[in-house]
Amino acid sequence: MFGISTQALFGQLLIGLINGAFYAMLSLGLAVIFGLLNIINFTHGAQYMLGAFCAWFLLQWLGIGYWWALLLAPIAVGIFGIVIERTMLSRLYKLDHLYGLLLTFGIALILQGVFTNYFGSSGLPYTLPPEFSGAFDLGFMYLPKYRAWVIIASLLICFGTWFVIERTKLGAYLRAATENAPLVQAFGINVPRMVTLTYGFGVGLAALAGVMAAPIYTVNPLMGANMIIVVFAVVVIGGMGSILGAILTGFGLGIVEGLTKVFYPEASNTVIFVVMVLVLLVKPAGLFGRER
Amino acid sequence: MSAPVSSAAAFAQPSSTVFVIGTAVMVALFALAPLLGVYPVFLMKVMCFALFACAFNLLLGYGGLLSFGHAMFLGTAGYVSAHAAKAWGLAPELAILSGTAAAALLGIVVGALAIRRQGIYFAMITLAIAQMVYFFYLQTPFTHGEDGIQAVPRGALFGLFDLSDTADPTHPGKTNSSLVMYYFVLAIFVGAFLLIHRVIHSPFGNVLKAIRENEPRALSLGYDAERYKLLAFVLSATLSGLAGATKAIVFQLASLTDVQWQMSGEVVLMTLLGGMGTIFGPVVGAFVIIGIENYLSAGITLFGVTFGAQWVTVITGFIFVVCVLAFRRGIVGELGAWWARRNA
Repeated sequence: MFGISTQALFGQLLIGLINGAFYAMLSLGLAVIFGLLNIINFTHGAQYMLGAFCAWFLLQWLGIGYWWALLLAPIAVGIFGIVIERTMLSRLYKLDHLYGLLLTFGIALILQGVFTNYFGSSGLPYTLPPEFSGAFDLGFMYLPKYRAWVIIASLLICFGTWFVIERTKLGAYLRAATENAPLVQAFGINVPRMVTLTYGFGVGLAALAGVMAAPIYTVNPLMGANMIIVVFAVVVIGGMGSILGAILTGFGLGIVEGLTKVFYPEASNTVIFVVMVLVLLVKPAGLFGRER
Repeated sequence: MSAPVSSAAAFAQPSSTVFVIGTAVMVALFALAPLLGVYPVFLMKVMCFALFACAFNLLLGYGGLLSFGHAMFLGTAGYVSAHAAKAWGLAPELAILSGTAAAALLGIVVGALAIRRQGIYFAMITLAIAQMVYFFYLQTPFTHGEDGIQAVPRGALFGLFDLSDTADPTHPGKTNSSLVMYYFVLAIFVGAFLLIHRVIHSPFGNVLKAIRENEPRALSLGYDAERYKLLAFVLSATLSGLAGATKAIVFQLASLTDVQWQMSGEVVLMTLLGGMGTIFGPVVGAFVIIGIENYLSAGITLFGVTFGAQWVTVITGFIFVVCVLAFRRGIVGELGAWWARRNA
């Protein structure tokens, strides 16, 4: 097709799908946090990086492998997020939302700066767990086992988050508090605690994505900084109104990016931003957003 | 959108006497400093960034719009004026004008897109578009990628005044910074500063502040809010471009540093630290930040630990956190509030 081998096409589609999985998980966390806290968490990229570094520390210093890292890193980074929320973010809720953006931007700079100073910017390798070596032969292409796992796991995580928020009682409280927090509090639900835990959860989700990214990309202090800007564009395209929207946009844009690498590689860095501009022209609220 | 700065803005309107005295002191300090032995290159850098921050403050402090991509205007103007001076051989004033015009054009396009959303979305959109612009400059050949456009000739202003550095007669091999260049930059900075002051106190500036405080109300009074916001955006982009173009001629260099997102963050920091919505705040903020960077580039030792240039990011982040948590009015805003309390 168009003189491009199916091998290359499916190869890039797979990479696109993997990138899309990370965009989806990160924009999901951003959307959940924004929904309840009304804060765009600029630290999200740095927390994704922290997740990857946690996995690396666990393996290098304590000999704790990938599976435990999947559990421990999000908890550790989530607790770190809760501390940030309690000590700093919670002072800003009555102010303009922009202050939340500026504060989290500052925290992101501190984290990235400290990690760059101690670990350099070249990136550290994270060894793939042995269970994942090898690939599935699909006939038209080879699918490395770990990549298959990332796609399946991220789909499960996204679906799980969607299920909790849209189909459980806890999620109903969360959605109610998003609409009208004082009223929910008047019904006897501890909204401030819910806000804290939501931030911790969103941050944990970023860290989980970071652990999953560690074996694919190298563990690098700036891995989140470059990611977060793309994820912002994803969030603008999808609009933050719906959880499902964030997931679909994330995966969709990953695939668009992958296809661009095949047909017009020069634009692969910028295609998501171009899509954002087009969406803004046609539907300023975003594909799944609603005007507020 | 509610106003991020309305509390600071109350103290931000110095009476005209205070403004005149303040401006006179500022201009006198900048005019005399190189004669008193302060390094002119440092001061020219401060003035370029002060102009950049003042232009940014016009949009954030008075329009209430937080752009997180203003580096694209600084960088675009820098590249265009450097290219104009080096490849086309234009005189410095024309090179600066063409860079500024390029930033203005980009401002029209980006502004028209970005003002379709407000608040947090506005910040994210400007950041994303700036990243797109960054990738464009990374790949397009005329910017020379990582090297940047180097050895840009300064040329002669209006064909009369040579702007290049002169050889030092007492130290062979060394050069003296050109004072003609210095006073040219000072003239640009003061001119733009007065223009910004004029805009803020014009009917246009007042409508802009009204929109910042209460957009639906301004709309109901018959003001076309989108047009005012777009005009403020373009004006801010143009003046940022003027800063970037001047900077490229002064430092004879246009590089990727000026289009990166870190630069967009830096101008936010200068404005926040100095005082959003205050006329002198961005100048003070730029002076402090450039001063810190200058000090750190040599490395300073505190409590037995040496902090070098690589700590700039950490310190920048730290100042952000402190400003947002404890110091939201910024240096000039806090001084104004203190003065108002004292005289109350």
